[in-house]
Amino acid sequence: MSDLLANLPGRHLEAWHYTDLKALKSFAFAAPAPAAIDSALLPDLAMNRIVFVNGFLDEALSVLPAWARLSSHEATKSDLPLAILNAQHRQAGIAIDIPDDVDAGAILLISISQAGAPIALFPRHRISLGRNAKLTLIDIAQGEGVYWHNPVSEISLADAAQLSHYRLQDEAEAAFHTATIFADIAASAAYESFSLVLGGQLSRAEFHARLGGAGADIHLNAAQLLAGTQHADFTSVVSHDAPHCASRQTVKSVLAGHSRGVFQGRIEVARAAQKTDGYQMNQALLLSPHAEIDSKPELEIFADDVKCSHGATIGALDPEQIFYLRSRGIPEPEARAMLIRAFIDEALAPVTHDQARALLERAIEGAWSKLVS
Amino acid sequence: MLEIKNLSARIDDKEILRGIDLVVPQGEIHAIMGPNGAGKSTLSYVLSGRDGYEVTGGTATLNGVDLLAMAPEERAAAGVFLAFQYPVELPGVGNANFIRTALNAILRARGEPELDAVAFLKRARAEIKRLAMPEDMLKRNVNVGFSGGEKKRNEVLQMALLRPRIAILDETDSGLDIDALKIVADGVNALRGPDFSALVITHYQRLLDHIVPDYVHVLANGRIVRSGGPELAHELEAHGYAGLEAA
Amino acid sequence: MPAIAETLDTVQQITGSTYKYGFETDIEMEFAPRGLNEAIVRLISEKKGEPEWLLAWRLKSFAAWQKMEEPNWARVKHPPIDYNDLYYYAAPKRPAPKSLADVDPDLLAMYEKLGIPLNERASLAGVAVDAVFDSVSVATTFRESLSKVGVIFCSISEAVREHPELVRKYLGSVVPAGDNYFTALNSAVFSDGSFVFIPRGVRCPMELSTYFRINARNTGQFERTLIIAEEGASVSYLEGCTAPMRDENQLHAAVVELVALDEAKIKYSTVQNWYPGDAQGRGGIYNFVTKRGACRGANSKISWTQVETGSAITWKYPSCILQGEGSVGEFYSVAVTNNHQQADTGTKMIHLGANTSSTIIAKGISAGQSNNTYRGLVRIMPNARNARNFTQCDSLLIGDRCGAHTVPYIECRNPTGKVEHEATTSKIADDQLFYCRSRGLSEEDSVGLIVNGFCKDVLKELPMEFAVEAQKLLAVSLEGSVG
Repeated sequence: MSDLLANLPGRHLEAWHYTDLKALKSFAFAAPAPAAIDSALLPDLAMNRIVFVNGFLDEALSVLPAWARLSSHEATKSDLPLAILNAQHRQAGIAIDIPDDVDAGAILLISISQAGAPIALFPRHRISLGRNAKLTLIDIAQGEGVYWHNPVSEISLADAAQLSHYRLQDEAEAAFHTATIFADIAASAAYESFSLVLGGQLSRAEFHARLGGAGADIHLNAAQLLAGTQHADFTSVVSHDAPHCASRQTVKSVLAGHSRGVFQGRIEVARAAQKTDGYQMNQALLLSPHAEIDSKPELEIFADDVKCSHGATIGALDPEQIFYLRSRGIPEPEARAMLIRAFIDEALAPVTHDQARALLERAIEGAWSKLVS
Repeated sequence: MLEIKNLSARIDDKEILRGIDLVVPQGEIHAIMGPNGAGKSTLSYVLSGRDGYEVTGGTATLNGVDLLAMAPEERAAAGVFLAFQYPVELPGVGNANFIRTALNAILRARGEPELDAVAFLKRARAEIKRLAMPEDMLKRNVNVGFSGGEKKRNEVLQMALLRPRIAILDETDSGLDIDALKIVADGVNALRGPDFSALVITHYQRLLDHIVPDYVHVLANGRIVRSGGPELAHELEAHGYAGLEAA
Repeated sequence: MPAIAETLDTVQQITGSTYKYGFETDIEMEFAPRGLNEAIVRLISEKKGEPEWLLAWRLKSFAAWQKMEEPNWARVKHPPIDYNDLYYYAAPKRPAPKSLADVDPDLLAMYEKLGIPLNERASLAGVAVDAVFDSVSVATTFRESLSKVGVIFCSISEAVREHPELVRKYLGSVVPAGDNYFTALNSAVFSDGSFVFIPRGVRCPMELSTYFRINARNTGQFERTLIIAEEGASVSYLEGCTAPMRDENQLHAAVVELVALDEAKIKYSTVQNWYPGDAQGRGGIYNFVTKRGACRGANSKISWTQVETGSAITWKYPSCILQGEGSVGEFYSVAVTNNHQQADTGTKMIHLGANTSSTIIAKGISAGQSNNTYRGLVRIMPNARNARNFTQCDSLLIGDRCGAHTVPYIECRNPTGKVEHEATTSKIADDQLFYCRSRGLSEEDSVGLIVNGFCKDVLKELPMEFAVEAQKLLAVSLEGSVG
């Protein structure tokens, strides 16, 4: 995999202005080999599950329904540098096909990386929902060691389909995670998404969502909880290509230590997309004098009868609020945690599935110590 | 018993409190009145431990324990409760969760068993009913979107649930209409008893018609310049604060 | 409503076109040879009798420019510019006038026609004017009354001769020659512009203004403006710009530098009405401008207000470097694009010092097949304790063939910083339009009225004399965009 790092996108590209991948160049990434893991690493969820270990489907640990199978399908063409890399080196991924009118319930997709020496993973997943089909997908990435996880997910929702996609990026401290998610959303379909970003030294989640049919709807929320020298980038492009679509986006960044959060969000409204309702908000909380946020909420609008707004706010915890909580007897670290939890609450709104909610709440709880200390 | 001896404090370089002496025995309610800028709010913040106030001299103890050395949450655990003049809004923080977290932190600090959600809600609902407050007060975010009266009632609800030894009411009457004032006063009166004392800070006498104090003190220029019974409040209402600074 | 009535009058006065400044004045001109090379740079410097240090600076800038590439990140498109097919120097042939009485009567008549009488008695009360015609300043009014209070207001060429120490100290100190492609070009070939110096403690007793006119064909205008306000000084400055209607595009690459020392205040207003090209997108000015102010002193303040209605392409980001503790930067902008115009404009607020604050209010109106982009940077550096920024960007689309874009960059490296950005995009609501029309206004007048309301927060920042003019300009610029 020697040519791997030759075609990395550089900072001269506008889309990579705030995120520099050159740290990847310090490692010689090898192709992964299968490994066995302890089933105790899996979250306790009562649902079907797809378990990938080092990019290989772990058949013993997976519980696959009929509509999910391993697949090494052709990659859809893309001009994004990381998607091209994924296509060149791609590994088998999961293919999910939910037939029309089927409510498939919930499924867990978990990718666990066990890197002795540095490895690079390029899975490509495909998730298709037929007309009026429904699915909840809990998508977890975690691992140990130094590795580069560069997955691409291609999602397509037929008319009136509904996908709830809850992502937990909890990669190893030294890991690199660069995920690209394409979502094609047809008329009256809904894509509800929330990403919780906790792990990795350098990460980026990049969404390219297209609202291609009238009445399509997307919720693209995220929370970044970063500390140390973590760098996390949340980039999204939502293209409104049809009339009467709505997009909602709330991204919260909580930054401690020397961490750096990046938000780049673009709403594109094509000429045909009249009556678009677009909303986008990035709010950042800086907990340390060394943390940094770079935020670029962008609107690109070619239709006149639209309602689009975006906003960004940056600030620190409010000392008045901390004092109020402390005067009621709540110790300072707990008071801070409560305020941070309240700060990110709005972003969790799309998480309506009880088990997913509980899982994410626990993950958030687990992140306090790194943020509040 | 709250004992304040020769307490002085400043903000930045400005001397606000210049030697306050005051004793509030257990079970008593004392009022502090005074003109604007006398140092009333500063006294409440110094007693509750807000940042930005530098104590330059004197002591303040509760039942012999030094308050000034403690963090705000430790003072709360020791039994100090400040009803804020301007209660702070906490978007995203549910009121019930907030009060239960506070109550359990205090119980934990005192080495007492914590309350589970069910037991807490039972107790909270009972208080809400007793204080004639709307049921949804617990479900809403702390003070967010509350009217001025609702915010003050929420302070009283917290006070009722946290059961302080000494409550400091900082101009709780400001911005309240007469009905809200009565509800707040009833809330305080309901807590009256041998284990509860209060320091009621106010500019006007009208609150003291509803919370009748055992003693009234006049604070002017950072010092207590007069003390007396409840009749002193009426005297001040009639003659104003003019001339007191010189006393 | 009077503004609307006046607007209609104005529109009716113009035959066949809505651009009323599109005439050409026949003045005998002197040109430097077409093209750009070191010899041209030397020639410009020589024409102006410049000292050696300035020539050296120009040549260094030229060398830097030759190694640079045109920036391509803005959302504007144009055919490649042949920098060797332009005249870099054009000046009226008559020798430079010593006083207003010597100014060519044809020139005076032209400025009269533009509504800028240079005769002091006839001019707007309390406004001093520097008139820049192609490459040179032809007249500056009220110089004597200004010099009585110590204010220097003259062309930059004259300042180089009369006040070389000031020019040398401040020129290029805010916008370095090599800052970007167009500043390097400007630094090499800048011809003229205005120079303002307000000494310590002086409040400039009148509005200062510069009126820029591109007249000659195939000529680039590269003016350079430098304004210095010493400790406690204050000044309000306004620039206006027009050009004849021509089928080819003309280049305008100006640099403006402002310096505010302790407690100084500079208010800089622009009404930019360069020829925008015709309804088919032929002709018009390429307006590639770098404007930057340095709030060097504590509690200093720089306020930019711009009304951008002209130019085929606008590429312009008036910025503030907030270095002095407690300094304040402001940017108020209205940008209107119609037909095939392209505007990519906004600001940069760089917070370096503690307790600095900035406000950005930008209103974009797109009509026809135009594209209108707000691009703005707010950067809070690690030492900028308690910095504050508030940004509000609103876009209005008229018709469904235009584009409105908002591209803010927000970078914060201090936890005590507080940054708020809000942006909205909408169209004129049908019920607003119907309400106005039901009261008897035509659709076009209704749009004018609503657009003026949409821009009110910015227009109120303009000096009184120009606010009315700007309102009229908005309505005229949107002519033909509805119905």
